[in-house]
Amino acid sequence: MATFTVNGEERTVDVPEDTPLLWVLRDELRLTGTKFGCGVAQCGACTVMMDGTTRRSCVTPVSAVEGANITTIEGLDTPESQAVLAAWEALDVPQCGWCQSGQIVSASALLYEIPDPTDEDIDRAMAGNICRCATYQRIRQGIKDAAKALEA
Amino acid sequence: MKPIALTGALALLAAPAFAETVNGLRTVNEFAAIADETERSTALFEEMFAVISHPRCLNCHPVDNIPRQGDDLALHNPPVVRGDGGMGAPGMRCSTCHGPENVAYTTGAGSIPGHVPWHLAPIETGWIGLTPAEVCAQLKDPERNGGRTLAELHEHNAEDGLVGWGWEPGAGREPAPGTQEIFGELTQAWIDTGAACPAA
Amino acid sequence: MTQSRRQFLASAAGIAIATTLPLPGRAQSGAATAFAGDGAGGFAPNAFIRILPDDTVTVMIKHIEMGQGPYTGLATLVAEELDADWSQMRAESAPLDNETYKNLLFGLQGTGGSTAIANSYTQMRKAGAAARAMLVQAAAAEWDVPAEEVSIFKGVVSHGAKTSSFGPLAAKASNLTPPEDPVLKDPSRFVYIGTDRPKLDTVAKSTGTATFTMDVYREGMETVVVRHPPMLGGAVASYDDRAALAVPGVTAVRQIPQGVAVYATSTAAALKGRARLSVEWDSSKAETRSSAQMMEDFAALATTGDRLPAETVGDSDAALGGAAQTLEMEFRFPYLAHAPMEPLDAVLEVKDGRATAWGGWQFPGFDNGAIAGALGMNPQDVRMEVMLAGGSFGRRAQPSAQIGAEIGAIAAAAGGNGAWKLVWTREDDLQGGYYRPMTVHRMRGGLDAEGNIAGWHDTVVNQSIMAGTPMEQMMQGGLDPTSYEGATKMPYDLADMTVDWVRAESPVPVLWWRSVGHSHTGYATEVFLDRLLEMGGKDPVQGRLDLLRGDMGRDRAVLEKAAEMAGWDGTRVKDGKGYGVALHESFNTYVAQVVEVEDRGGQPRVTNVWAAVDCGVAVNPNVIRAQIEGGIGYGLGTVLHNAITLGDGGIVQEDNFDTYRMLRITEMPQIHVEIIPSDADPTGVGEPGTPPIGPALANAWRALTGETVTTLPFSARAGA
Repeated sequence: MATFTVNGEERTVDVPEDTPLLWVLRDELRLTGTKFGCGVAQCGACTVMMDGTTRRSCVTPVSAVEGANITTIEGLDTPESQAVLAAWEALDVPQCGWCQSGQIVSASALLYEIPDPTDEDIDRAMAGNICRCATYQRIRQGIKDAAKALEA
Repeated sequence: MKPIALTGALALLAAPAFAETVNGLRTVNEFAAIADETERSTALFEEMFAVISHPRCLNCHPVDNIPRQGDDLALHNPPVVRGDGGMGAPGMRCSTCHGPENVAYTTGAGSIPGHVPWHLAPIETGWIGLTPAEVCAQLKDPERNGGRTLAELHEHNAEDGLVGWGWEPGAGREPAPGTQEIFGELTQAWIDTGAACPAA
Repeated sequence: MTQSRRQFLASAAGIAIATTLPLPGRAQSGAATAFAGDGAGGFAPNAFIRILPDDTVTVMIKHIEMGQGPYTGLATLVAEELDADWSQMRAESAPLDNETYKNLLFGLQGTGGSTAIANSYTQMRKAGAAARAMLVQAAAAEWDVPAEEVSIFKGVVSHGAKTSSFGPLAAKASNLTPPEDPVLKDPSRFVYIGTDRPKLDTVAKSTGTATFTMDVYREGMETVVVRHPPMLGGAVASYDDRAALAVPGVTAVRQIPQGVAVYATSTAAALKGRARLSVEWDSSKAETRSSAQMMEDFAALATTGDRLPAETVGDSDAALGGAAQTLEMEFRFPYLAHAPMEPLDAVLEVKDGRATAWGGWQFPGFDNGAIAGALGMNPQDVRMEVMLAGGSFGRRAQPSAQIGAEIGAIAAAAGGNGAWKLVWTREDDLQGGYYRPMTVHRMRGGLDAEGNIAGWHDTVVNQSIMAGTPMEQMMQGGLDPTSYEGATKMPYDLADMTVDWVRAESPVPVLWWRSVGHSHTGYATEVFLDRLLEMGGKDPVQGRLDLLRGDMGRDRAVLEKAAEMAGWDGTRVKDGKGYGVALHESFNTYVAQVVEVEDRGGQPRVTNVWAAVDCGVAVNPNVIRAQIEGGIGYGLGTVLHNAITLGDGGIVQEDNFDTYRMLRITEMPQIHVEIIPSDADPTGVGEPGTPPIGPALANAWRALTGETVTTLPFSARAGA
């Protein structure tokens, strides 16, 4: 049993305490935008916001989430995420799309902390998000375009 | 100059087993027979070094800005950086993946390590590539030991939770030799014997 | 070009479908059900288009959308001829119908070989043109004016002052007879083809709302994970499920042909249960050699094996015998996993004698047959829902219907009505076989006294992809062209050349992997050629241009363009950076790349890639650029990092992304893509970007460091 806030709503789930948050979000709460890619925090497809920072939900037991504030791609709605989404649309960043929720969560978190990131800042923030389709060039450009839009 | 290497650490671990060796680490009373206090102190430090040079400890004491992982001190993958306070970069902090405790993987073997806090040791306290003598001198230098007195250094070695993680590293990782308790005792004994350093 | 792979596959698949699918499967009426009785006054002029009163135009996409862009591409073709406004356009995945939705190059419904646009180009335009003609006719009738005077522009039908959007005309149009052979636009009048359209799936994929297979939940559904043999070709000897069954949520453990299946009420419980299974394996029919041993065996086969002639021009033996200098090199390519980001998965619901299967079905008919077979049902009673797929790169294009067979077995073992979701983990994926074949190229070449190439002999050793599948019957003379395609039919004038193939055998299942044979032939031929040019004192670009046959104008154009983009001036090392080039056509698309590489502590770091591509008519340039960028990134990560290795006993060593590394953003070069303007029929772009990056990097790295990398990946080099 664990109680926490997801996308602004308090939720209580009755699952074993070692259940990864990823599967709680997907199987219990049907928030399927958060994806399973590796299970070992290597790929970032399962990234969510937890109490203001990015978090890989596949290695986060639900016991560690008690009382926490979780935001998934479905609930992500900040000036940064809106700018990222607009840039993603303009550049048609996604290909297969499986990793993109995680990419967008990470990109939005980066822009919140660093409104005008350098290439190096982008690489550092995004290095944990694998895109097998290798959309990285557009991810990088999308973050820069979003930064520009936020500045304006 | 003899840089720390895995083979060095293994050689120490492979030292002949004594009665009071615990998980490859000799306890303080093993050193009682060394009459000369400085010599004993040096020997105690060299035993401490078996812990210090273990991958569980070295991996987060790099002399650059990249943590290592595994028993071969491989560059951390995914690629991460030190960042402010050794906590990682904006958008990808250490805590993005490393939680309050070790978490076993659900899909395969192994675990992801965790502790609060989880961070790199300050760069001036980096050890990778240093000789025992260099590490010893560094440990006694408040400029390069996190501003600690020797007593505080003992407390760090004997009590600190993140140091202690080295002996509770989670599934799929070999713990540091001995126990944190013995490591603390070795540290105290080394201090009590004058905190002597090896010549090289 | 003579026989291309797509022509080959077209005929291969034509036979395959005729001989392997149960007859009812061929006539399955997915198209009819897709559009039947929407009861909303909709207009469905054919199986591909549905226009609703709200003005939306939905295109049924017969190709799986796995990131390569057919939703947008095929909808563009329809919108062009329909003169729709882009904002009206929607895309939906077509269900299985091997007749209506067949790939015109394969003869059955299927996606692969970079054929989606190529085979749909005329078909989808005609579908759009037919719909347009019917809307025009409906408007003419409605307004009582001659049809020739009715025009359509961006979704607005008009005659003089009278205008209408599509919706109000839909009902009337639906009563008309579709024209048999609608007139197509002259390309000079194209408004969409050749310009960038916003992709139809971008928003859903950026907001977490796109529905993939793993996102499907059915009432009462159980999640199933399977413990597969750790050695390829292995089988279950015995197992102990007591600990697994003790896990709360685990409902059953059942042996199936593929392994031991754990059924549970949640994914987490299924995984936990699987971790607690203990299984003894029977490896008597498995590959138990290490891959290192296999590689030695394959290398030996190059000289001792039964060499089948794949292509012979002139007399390479005589030419090599008389050469002033000769060069011999051996290239070694490891097994590779496709590693799509969405691990393999499927959902199957069985209800009272009918079933529905959701999956990333790339050849839905094969999986339909496998599921029906496992359930003892008629194929037409198993509805196939082709879902968005989180990547594939060939992995889901399974003539063996691997996933269909597994989810079918899971349902069959459970029996009765129910719903099951099969989830593969990354470990299952990387250790599950169906790899790019491990390959050895033994290459010999000669130079005459002037440094011109005199003699070329390439012996390729690998397993056959087609053997043992429905496509085996296309292996004429025992040859599997997918094993060596690209080593043959080279664009260069190599007067005396021989390509032969030795078929190696192993229980390790192999499969097409983005660009198939080209994934290794492009590397071996372009690196070997580069060495020969160097030995002969030739410039890598000019040397290639001089070697191109006169009729290879498209190869010439992309090579010249890439060289121009990169500012190629013959200097192979500049300011501490190495430059290399490669040219390789695959799937009738021509790509040349120039790579710029730096030496970062003994490891290559590619900083820039200039790529020129000729894929005929560029339907959506933005999608083409994206596919070339992605194909380069995919190939680059592979040559840098990837090998699937079998340890002693045949146990696969890599199990996740820590040991099977993906290219990350930190390693992504800046990629510059230019598309050669063309009015030739469009060809595919999903694969052709991949083959040239490896050899271009290898050639640049050799220029910079003097090291020729002949055993992939780069990370396997001594000291790397």
